[in-house]
Amino acid sequence: MALDKATVARIATLARIKVPEAEQDSLAGELSKILTWIEQLNEIDTSGVEPMASVVHMTLPMREDVVTDGGRRDAILANAPQQAQGFFVVPKVVE
Amino acid sequence: MTALTELTLAAARDGLRNKAFSAREITQAHIAAVAAARPLNAYITETPERALAMARESDARLARGERLALDGLPLAIKDLFCTDGVQTSAGSRILAGFTPPYESTVTANLWRAGAVMLGKANLDEFAMGSANITSAHGAVENPWRRRGDNRPLVPGGSSGGSAAAVAARAALAAIGTDTGGSIRQPASFCGIVGLKPTYGRCSRWGIVAFASSLDQAGPMTRNVKDAAIMLTAMAGHDPKDSTSAPVPVPDFEAALTSDVRGLRIGIPREYRVDAMPGEIEALWQQGIDWLKSAGAMPVEISLPMTKYALPAYYIIAPAEASSNLARYDGVRYGLRVPGESLDEMYENTRAQGFGAEVRRRVLIGTYVLSAGYYDAYYLKAQKVRALIARDFDEAFRRCDAILTPTAPSAAFAIGEKMDDPVAMYLNDVFTVPVNLAGLPGLSVPAGLSRDGLPLGLQVIGRAFDEETVLRIGGVIESTAGFALKPAFIAGGAA
Repeated sequence: MALDKATVARIATLARIKVPEAEQDSLAGELSKILTWIEQLNEIDTSGVEPMASVVHMTLPMREDVVTDGGRRDAILANAPQQAQGFFVVPKVVE
Repeated sequence: MTALTELTLAAARDGLRNKAFSAREITQAHIAAVAAARPLNAYITETPERALAMARESDARLARGERLALDGLPLAIKDLFCTDGVQTSAGSRILAGFTPPYESTVTANLWRAGAVMLGKANLDEFAMGSANITSAHGAVENPWRRRGDNRPLVPGGSSGGSAAAVAARAALAAIGTDTGGSIRQPASFCGIVGLKPTYGRCSRWGIVAFASSLDQAGPMTRNVKDAAIMLTAMAGHDPKDSTSAPVPVPDFEAALTSDVRGLRIGIPREYRVDAMPGEIEALWQQGIDWLKSAGAMPVEISLPMTKYALPAYYIIAPAEASSNLARYDGVRYGLRVPGESLDEMYENTRAQGFGAEVRRRVLIGTYVLSAGYYDAYYLKAQKVRALIARDFDEAFRRCDAILTPTAPSAAFAIGEKMDDPVAMYLNDVFTVPVNLAGLPGLSVPAGLSRDGLPLGLQVIGRAFDEETVLRIGGVIESTAGFALKPAFIAGGAA
């Protein structure tokens, strides 16, 4: 499948990665090439095949519903690019 | 006396127990080797002080007559494992300055066994690559050179720093991670042993996630016995990883009986790909003959879906990566690039923080998961994955293990194969199916290419049957007698 520039811009927005307009054309070419290569999967008949999400054949284990971690606010905030009064700080969202 | 950096892990363990040398001595020899190896760029962060402190504790234990499984043995840790108090970068700008306040389960298991950390090894950014050229901390060089050609070669990837460090004697052993071949392919390129265990054998907790249904940690060592020793210490059930298997960990070292009589070795006809160099075909045949002489029985098998494994992988892995890498948004850790709004801050941070290959894969992953394309790409790939796993299930009714080449080529020069992502992806043609099926795979150095570079053979086993894989690997190793060393050796000063 050939992706156009507009599709690349749309995916980039979904992925929250700024892609300068000057790079969108070449990126569309690269991604199209990969997708075309991937599309050889269409040669296979997969009707009736259950999709496989994991090789682990077990149900997720249950555990007691108790707190097992926490109370480490300062250690977690220590890596924040910006923090104040025990919170992560981000650009203003609500006027 | 042999330089302490030349010892195998097993020999170093014995030397420490017999008090032939101290943990401090072997650690100091390795710290010097790590410094001497800087031209390879194999380490991102060196931790000599921590190494010496850990060695001191080992010496105290050894003096008391206590001895842990890996006491005093200096290791390199791929910089994808979170290490408490030591910067963990995943080879990315976006994690600049990130210092985890916790320790990954696998590294915690190693330290509990008394091992010594030399530092954090370089890797492809977020483990995405097959040449270790996508790291924000620069490319890693392979310590090997082609005969009569001094151009630097890639070490393979993504665990290229781990492989280069072990091959150059700048670590007794290392740990890596393998999502599509990232332990086995660099092991093959650097002439060392690399083992990807069964999915679920080692905990993924505290490993920076790339593709969660495929990622698995494993050892990278200079021989098969060392890989067995390392895996015994690394593995085990971990309640913090719900996909970690609640199964007992055998003593893998005890599995190395050298007895492969009667074992049926599957030879998949679909692995005879077009364009495979004759020397790799010949090495593969030699491996078959070696195992036959040792009493095993080669049987031809068919894995019909082999050619579809790579395209399925390049949907599934980027899809999982796009989801896992959503957390790098400039809020909680690492890089932040300001913007007018919150969204623009995210977009600027991720634009500057991710390199070209990571960006490419996140965009592909976002696309194949997006509305209208999910069924055509992602669901289709998951169905093909089921067929690939079924291929192996059926093959293992007729054989006990499978023998293949590890990679379709020897190490290539930095700069070759770089323009075309698809050509680069083909490096993993023999390793990727193993991840999709969740099976154990071992690469053992078995010979040299025409221009003097190491080539590996891969042994694939049934789920949770690393013992048979290691046993067969041990026989290949002793028959091949691969004892050659790379051009660049960092250790040896001690």
